[in-house]
Amino acid sequence: MYSLFQFVILLLLVTDLIMLWSGRILMLIRLSALQGALLAALLLLPVDGALNAELVLLSIAVFCLKGVGFPVFLRHVCHKLGLEPVVRPRLGRMYPMAGGLVCLAFSLWLEGRIPAAEGLFPPMLFPVALTTLFCGLILVVGRAKALAQVIGYLVVENGIFLLGIPLMTEGSVWFELSILLDVFAAIFVMAIAINHINSAFDSIDVARFRNLRD
Amino acid sequence: MDTFLLALLVMVAGALVTGLIALRPVSASTNRTANLIGPGAAAVACLLGLHGLFSGGWGSAESFLLPWGLPFGAFALGLDPLSRLFLLPVFVLGITCGLSGCVSLRHSDPSEHNLGAHWLFYLLLLLGMTCVMTARDAVFFMLAWEIMSLSPFFLIDFNDRDRLVQDASWVYLVAAHLGAVLLIAFFALLWQESGSTFFSAMAAHHPANATALFLLSLFGFGAKAGLVPLHVWLPEAHPAAPSHVSALLSGAMLNAGLYGIIRSFDFFGPATSMPVWWGWLLMAMGAITALMGILKALAQSHLKRLLAYSSVENMGIMIMGAGIGLVGIHNGSAWTAALGFSGCLFHMLNHSAFKGLLFLCAGEVLHAVGTVDMARLGGLQKRMPFLGALFALGAASIACLPPFNGFAGEFVLSMSMISSLKLPGLEQQIAMVACMTALMLTSGISAAVYAKAYGMTFLGQPRTHFAAEPHVPENRHLLPLCIPAAACVLGGLFAPLAFSMVQPTLDFIPAMHEGVVEEARLAIGQTEGLLRHISLFGWAGIGLVLVLALVRRVLLARRGVKRGPVWGCGYQYGTSRIQYTPASFVEPGARIFGAVMGTRVRSVKGEGLFPARASLGVEAPDVVRGKGYTPLFQLMERACNALKIVQNGLVNIYILYILITLVALLIWGVA
Repeated sequence: MYSLFQFVILLLLVTDLIMLWSGRILMLIRLSALQGALLAALLLLPVDGALNAELVLLSIAVFCLKGVGFPVFLRHVCHKLGLEPVVRPRLGRMYPMAGGLVCLAFSLWLEGRIPAAEGLFPPMLFPVALTTLFCGLILVVGRAKALAQVIGYLVVENGIFLLGIPLMTEGSVWFELSILLDVFAAIFVMAIAINHINSAFDSIDVARFRNLRD
Repeated sequence: MDTFLLALLVMVAGALVTGLIALRPVSASTNRTANLIGPGAAAVACLLGLHGLFSGGWGSAESFLLPWGLPFGAFALGLDPLSRLFLLPVFVLGITCGLSGCVSLRHSDPSEHNLGAHWLFYLLLLLGMTCVMTARDAVFFMLAWEIMSLSPFFLIDFNDRDRLVQDASWVYLVAAHLGAVLLIAFFALLWQESGSTFFSAMAAHHPANATALFLLSLFGFGAKAGLVPLHVWLPEAHPAAPSHVSALLSGAMLNAGLYGIIRSFDFFGPATSMPVWWGWLLMAMGAITALMGILKALAQSHLKRLLAYSSVENMGIMIMGAGIGLVGIHNGSAWTAALGFSGCLFHMLNHSAFKGLLFLCAGEVLHAVGTVDMARLGGLQKRMPFLGALFALGAASIACLPPFNGFAGEFVLSMSMISSLKLPGLEQQIAMVACMTALMLTSGISAAVYAKAYGMTFLGQPRTHFAAEPHVPENRHLLPLCIPAAACVLGGLFAPLAFSMVQPTLDFIPAMHEGVVEEARLAIGQTEGLLRHISLFGWAGIGLVLVLALVRRVLLARRGVKRGPVWGCGYQYGTSRIQYTPASFVEPGARIFGAVMGTRVRSVKGEGLFPARASLGVEAPDVVRGKGYTPLFQLMERACNALKIVQNGLVNIYILYILITLVALLIWGVA
């Protein structure tokens, strides 16, 4: 059980890094779906071995939303907008990848120094969670298309979710569920906004937003 | 204290009512109503305030405390002789300028001016000044200071369609807030050290960094008082504002700066622990301010700008007096200390009277002729004799001619300098002599300035047909001006009485406590005796003039008197262009002091035996503004524009900023 938990975490790290490398929007959507599925799997592999009904419920909710709901929805938007399948990364492929690795190193460095309760975080969880968070931010910064930024936002949220797993007690499951609802609303609103931006600007390239500055 | 609080309530009520009127659509009737209620409320409040000042006994101290429910500060008021003395010009000019404004604004065009708003801010200005001079809590003081500083912005911007007026009001706003920033730092430091916002607690605490506090107070309050180099807003704001507002700003609001400087002596610990260089710094800055102010005034041809620079000069003289007082205390010389402080305060009272009068006269000239550019005026004395007489009286007072009040004030200051020649140390004596020279030079040039102001405006022949056919004000409309005029005359003829009002103040200047008070009373008593002699000479002089006038009348009664044009010089066809112009009056002075004044003389001399064309012009742009502030603000603008690179409009980069901040905070938090 324990090694499976570690394996899933490592898989998450790998998806992060592939996301940074990838230039195809459909690939990004698929990877975000995979991340959702991995998160749902993590919930079913509690380190202390006590699996309860709330966790199962949460896992199903996470899988439905992050593993199936959002990717299908984003794919639908993608088709509707008729986007090119390849998005040119703003900073190339090397810089985001290098940034991701630096973030990983930084997270490992931070793990030793952060004042957390002994044994609160299972090994590797904290650095991977933080790296996921940073990778999401790098995706937001490095991709020109607004849709890729929505995926970046989703990855950031995945990182936050990962950080929250060890802190989860019985009551906080509902708290996590409400965050999920929040994310759902956010993604929904962003997709609609992107749709409108596309019709107003004939593009969802965020660089064109600079025309709006004062 | 009760009537005083009632005065504050009347101001607030008046402000509320005029504010409500201002919210309604502007029409002739709303303007008329506001023009009645505003000045009416101001007059009632000021009369109540005056009653409150005198009712409790001039020398007594009263206080009033009301918690206001905020986490810090309190509505703490106090009336001591220092507050009473500074409130006197506020209330007297509050009535005078209110009435004069009511007369001058009665025909305002409703499509251009909302008088409800104007009187709202006038009342707020009065309220702000009153609260500043009575506040005994730092938070309340700063609130009142902000009300006092913000209201003039809207008052100055009365003729807001004029681009120059807009610029002037913005310059004022920036200057007022730069000063306020220093004052906030000043009170914040005091609060931090003493742990309380009450003045009494701050005064009881001996601050560790007194010099920093002193400099903050000097420049913070100095910006309001118009101390060089923080004076640049004055010559812009005063000419732009309506004249009754200029009179109130110059005669009462500038005093708030001086009040702040003197009040803040309370917070610096025992007087003897204050370093002597504070006094010398005040004296030097005062002397430079006075000289620069009067030299710039000499070069102006715009009457109101001339008066504004003259205000800078007079504030310089007062600050010099405060500096002499500090130096005297440090040297243990009660004479120097008492006469320095009392001269400063006495001159403050006198300045409020004559500067209020002169600005109101300038307003009447503007109303009558449509301009106050002296190159277009002249010959107004014959056309408006009463107004001319009032201006002449004000000019004689400010030029320190006996028997008027200006002479009495500067006489006390001179006495303080003469007594300070006994100070130990040659260098102190030399510095005192230098200051005395500066004061004498200032007074001398001031006489030239007002000879020019009165001569160019009222004497000679009209230079334009506007001046030849002015819209003559009715004498009853000039009645409010008689209040400051009477103060100028009576302040000189009853100088000992006026001076005795200053005396109780000295007990409340904290720097004066250190055992010098008794000796100081002696010095004041002897100076009062001297002033009594001077006022006797004044009475005698007036008597002599009256007798001579009578003799002249008798002698001329039997002869035919022939009148000719002024500056006719026997020419058959005289022209007004023969007479002196403001530029030619200044030109000799501008050639001597040009480097200091920053004047530029442009002269085109006629050539040949029959010169066709010649001209002379003297310009005096403000050097401090032109070469100091303008480049500084341009530099700041460039720096701020350069920072716009941060705001590049790219959403991604903004998120990058968040990322960088997050990482930096994490590292900082962990390390």
